[in-house]
Formats: sequence, structure tokens, C-alpha cells
Amino acid sequence: MTKSNLAIESRQLARSFKTKAGPVDAVKGVDFDVSDGEIVGLLGPNGAGKTTTLRMLTTLLTPSRGTALVAGADLITHSREVRRRIGYVAQIGAVPAPGTRLGEELITQARLQGMNKAAATDRLKALLPTLDLSGFEGRTLAEMSGGQRRRFDVALGLMHDPKLVFLDEPTTGLDPQSRANLWEHIRSLRDNHGVTIVLTTHYLDEADALADRLLVMDDGQIVADDTPEALKARVSGDVITVSVDGDLALAAKVAGEALAPRTNVVDGNKLVLTVERGDTAVPPLLRALDSAGLRLKSVQVHRPTLDDVFLTLTGRSLREDADG
Amino acid sequence: MTIVTETWVIFIRQMRQLVRNPVWVFFGLTQPILYLALFGPLLKNISGGGLGGSDSYKIFVPGLLLQLAIFGAGFAGFGIIQELREGVVDRQRVTPASRLALIMGRTMSNVVTIGVQAILLTLVAIPFGLRPNWGGAFVSIAVICVLSLGMAAASYTMGLILRDEDSFAPFVQGVTLPLLLLSGVLLPMTLAPTWLRRVSQVNPLSYVVDTVRALFRGDIASVTVAKGSLVTVGVAILLAWWATRRFQRNSA
Ligand SMILES: Nc1ncnc2c1ncn2[C@@H]1O[C@H](COP(=O)(O)OP(=O)(O)OP(=O)(O)O)[C@@H](O)[C@H]1O
Ligand SMILES: [Mg+2]
Repeated sequence: MTKSNLAIESRQLARSFKTKAGPVDAVKGVDFDVSDGEIVGLLGPNGAGKTTTLRMLTTLLTPSRGTALVAGADLITHSREVRRRIGYVAQIGAVPAPGTRLGEELITQARLQGMNKAAATDRLKALLPTLDLSGFEGRTLAEMSGGQRRRFDVALGLMHDPKLVFLDEPTTGLDPQSRANLWEHIRSLRDNHGVTIVLTTHYLDEADALADRLLVMDDGQIVADDTPEALKARVSGDVITVSVDGDLALAAKVAGEALAPRTNVVDGNKLVLTVERGDTAVPPLLRALDSAGLRLKSVQVHRPTLDDVFLTLTGRSLREDADG
Repeated sequence: MTIVTETWVIFIRQMRQLVRNPVWVFFGLTQPILYLALFGPLLKNISGGGLGGSDSYKIFVPGLLLQLAIFGAGFAGFGIIQELREGVVDRQRVTPASRLALIMGRTMSNVVTIGVQAILLTLVAIPFGLRPNWGGAFVSIAVICVLSLGMAAASYTMGLILRDEDSFAPFVQGVTLPLLLLSGVLLPMTLAPTWLRRVSQVNPLSYVVDTVRALFRGDIASVTVAKGSLVTVGVAILLAWWATRRFQRNSA
């Protein structure tokens, strides 16, 4: 390990893919640091480059350009050392083949990580209860529910007690209860074991609840790097969401003239405005829309969420893509 | 953790899965018997190229062994495509385990499987009339295993390169079938017209088939066996070397 207290230093990390339709620049040279003991969320819509970034940092994918120091080891020249020090939970995969059993798979994983049989067995006993998987050792993976399998995936990444863990959409497919439990577990990994965590998510509430810091990704680039609070503060003021019976583009124009809002974005079937003060902005907005002949269907005033942050940063909503 | 332990861990994982698949166990073990029972009887009524009479099994069984090895090892990579989708390959690659162990553990499971099938086939052929030189038969199975090792390793790497069953299956068919037909596996190449025999001489498998047949006959200390064993070991090393290099690069 180097003296630095940085778990990750990514420098111009980039990856492009050759496809039949031409080259795809999945990640376009990202720079970021992650400190020891931090929980960092990688947030972005489908295809933003989150998985590609994680796969590069975990040595699974060779970067086209750039490099990174991961857990103190150079990603390119000391990839094996990196592997020794990290845990990785991949994005959800296909249903496992019959004949693979949970306990055996976890022990196989631990042994490949260099643990001996006894240590792996002990670790299995200790880890399963924390992920609500007690008694599942003998279960065939193909016979488990999606959520149970997801928790098994998480266990795979934690068997060898790594100090730096990458989780790619860890809570996708979990029910609210399991989701809350996993959040709890992730927090305790950091709080009680000093584990550094990098996770990707589509869920704003997850990013908001879990992450100390967020890297917002869009189209292969990091468009923002800040705490959830600071990001929300960027969208200072209030957010007004309006839906009308009629032309939204016209509504946007009318609203723009009436309020001079800070941002003014058409998002699906809604118009999203950010203004200094929502309460005083609504009456003139209503009058303006009315006189333009646009019948109002609904209007909402709320404090900005990360979704609004994403919308103002990229002009696109995150939520639209979330289930895509 | 040494590379041997890592290979062992992967090997055991693969074997467990195989043994737990009753369909595989049934067909994997009955297939050699089917060949003997359903194709063997035809041999009685042909003559030429050394066929006909009780000696024909010394020609036929070595061919079957080769076929078993080529198809068994050739299609080994099928499984890794599913493992790619499940994320098994990635989760193993993200460990510090040696890349060589990841591919060799799998390959060894195929070698052992093919070895067991080969022994079974040879034993079952006895009641049909096979009377081989036993030392030779034993060495033959070792030769079959060495060949399987190279081919299975190459098959796994091809699976990782093609990443899709729909291209992998025709690829393997397309490569193995001409290799088999041009090696005189089914009938000796002495029956072939000259041009076909010439083509078969550039097929490394021809030498392996000749070797296994010579071994079954008992010509153990022959030039054929020496040449064939060299070709087998050479081909196996070449394939395994290419496979592990590509595998390593694909999963740098
Ligand atoms: N193996 C590949 N070959 C070609 N293109 C790829 C490959 N992997 C990813 N891409 C492309 O790179 C871009 C980024 O993909 P990536 O999987 O990193 O996105 P993501 O942010 O993880 O998305 P999601 O939220 O859907 O998981 C996409 O446009 C994708 O199509
Ligand atoms: Mg992804």
C-alpha cells in the first residue's frame, strides 16, 4: 500500500468499444478520487458508462486510455495486486445453471481469493446471517428467488473481507425490506470495518440515503462530483412541476416570459421549472398560462431532489430510464 | 494458494456440476456403448483395409476413442458461454487466482470425463470381441487424454471469443468434422483414393489415429507410435499455449 489515503485515483480512464455500428465511447476519460472509508455513488441513466467504469477499476476490462490507482496498486501494471484487495459485485446476471449450490459457490470464491478451506467455511457461517441467507448453504442457486440470488451475489464480493468493494446496482430486484437491510449492511461495512464502497445506482433515494459523495455520470463523462446535499443546493430554490392540457413547448415559453425561471425543462409530459421562491411564483404562472389559453392540469411545488439535479445537469430525467 | 490448488478448486466445481446432471451422466456413459452396440455389428460384414474378422475391433475402437475425444473436448467451451452470462467467469477473473488455473481446472474436468468414457468404452468392447494389447490400450488412453487437454483448452478460449452458442456450435462442427473424416477415424485411410490420402497426411489427427491403432495392435515400440505421440504432445502443447495466452489476454 502507498501512504496515500486515497482508495482510488482515476486518471483519464477511458474505454471505447468496437461495434458493428461503429466505435462507442462508453467512458470518455474520467478523473476522480475516492478516499478511504468513503461511500461513493455512481449515478446515471442506462448506458451512462457506470458498469464500464467499474469493470475497468476491477481489472475486468482493459482501459483504452488512462490509468488508475486502486487500493494502492496500479491498475495496469499490478492488476493482480488490485484483485487481491478488492471485492466486486457485478450487475445482475443470467439465472445460474442447475447444480451450483450457494455454500459451495461462496467457498469456491473465497478459495480463489486465497483463503483456505477452514477460513472460508468460518467466514461463510459469519456472513450468511448478515445478508439474511442463513440456512441457504445447501440451496441450489437456480431454485432461489431473484432477491435471494442478489444477496448471494453481494456475499460473493464480501467473502474475503476486502477493504474496497465495488457494487454494481446492488439493490436491483430487492424488495423494500431487503433493500433497507442491504443499505444497513453497506453502512455497517464502512462504519464498523472501515470498508470503502463504490456503488452504482439508478435510484436517487438510494444515492441520497447511502452515499457520502456522488459522481453523476452521463454519456461517458462525470458531469458532477459532490455530496448529495451540495448537489441539491445547486438547484437552489424550489422546483415547480406543471402539467397542462395543450402544447408544453408553448407553456415553457409562457412560463419563461412570466417568471424568468433559473431552469426551464420539458420532461416527458411535464414542465419543470426552478425558481427562487415557489410560493410567490405560482400565482403569476397560473395567470400567464391561463391567458395563453393553456388549461392547467396540475401544479406541484417541492424542494429539489437528486432527480431535479440530474435534470438540470443533463437536461434529461433519470427516472424515465430507471426501469429501462 | 498455489496454481495447483486453484486448478483443483475449479476442477472440483466443474465436476460437481457435471455429476449432478443426471441427463449428462446417463448419456455421457451410454454413448460409448451405443456406438459399439449399434455400429459395431456392421463391421463383421465388411472386408478390406484390415477390417473384417475379430481384428476389426482393434481398428474400430481406437477410432471411437478419437471421436469421443474430439467431440467431447471440442464442445467443452459450450459451457463457458453460459458461465459468461451468469457472471461466473467475471467473478472468478476478479480474484487473484492464476488465469491458467481458471482454464486448466475446467480443461482437466473434460480430460477426466473423456478418460473415464474411454476406459468404459474399451472395457465394454471386450464382450464384443476386442482383444487389444493391454499395455498399448493403456498408453492409448493417455494419448487420448493429452489430445483432449489441448483441444478442450482451445475450445474454452473459442467460447470466450465467440460468446454465443449459435456461432460456437457451427464453428466446432465445421472444424472437427473434416478433421475427423480426414483422419480415418471411421474407416482406415488405406481405403481412400490417393488424393484423399494425401490430404489426410497433413491432418495431425491422422497420426494420432494411426498411433492409437498401432498401440492397440501391440506395436508399441514402432516409428508410427513415436511419430504420433510427438504429434499429439506437440498439438496439445500448441493448442493449450494458444488457449491460455488468448484467455489471459481476453481477461487481462
Ligand atoms: N461489450 C460492449 N460492447 C459494445 N458496447 C458496449 C459494451 N459494453 C458496454 N457498451 C456500451 O457502452 C455504453 C456504456 O455501457 P455501460 O454498461 O457502462 O452503462 P451503464 O451506465 O452501466 O448502464 P446501465 O444503467 O444500463 O447498467 C453503452 O452505450 C453500451 O452500449
Ligand atoms: Mg450497468
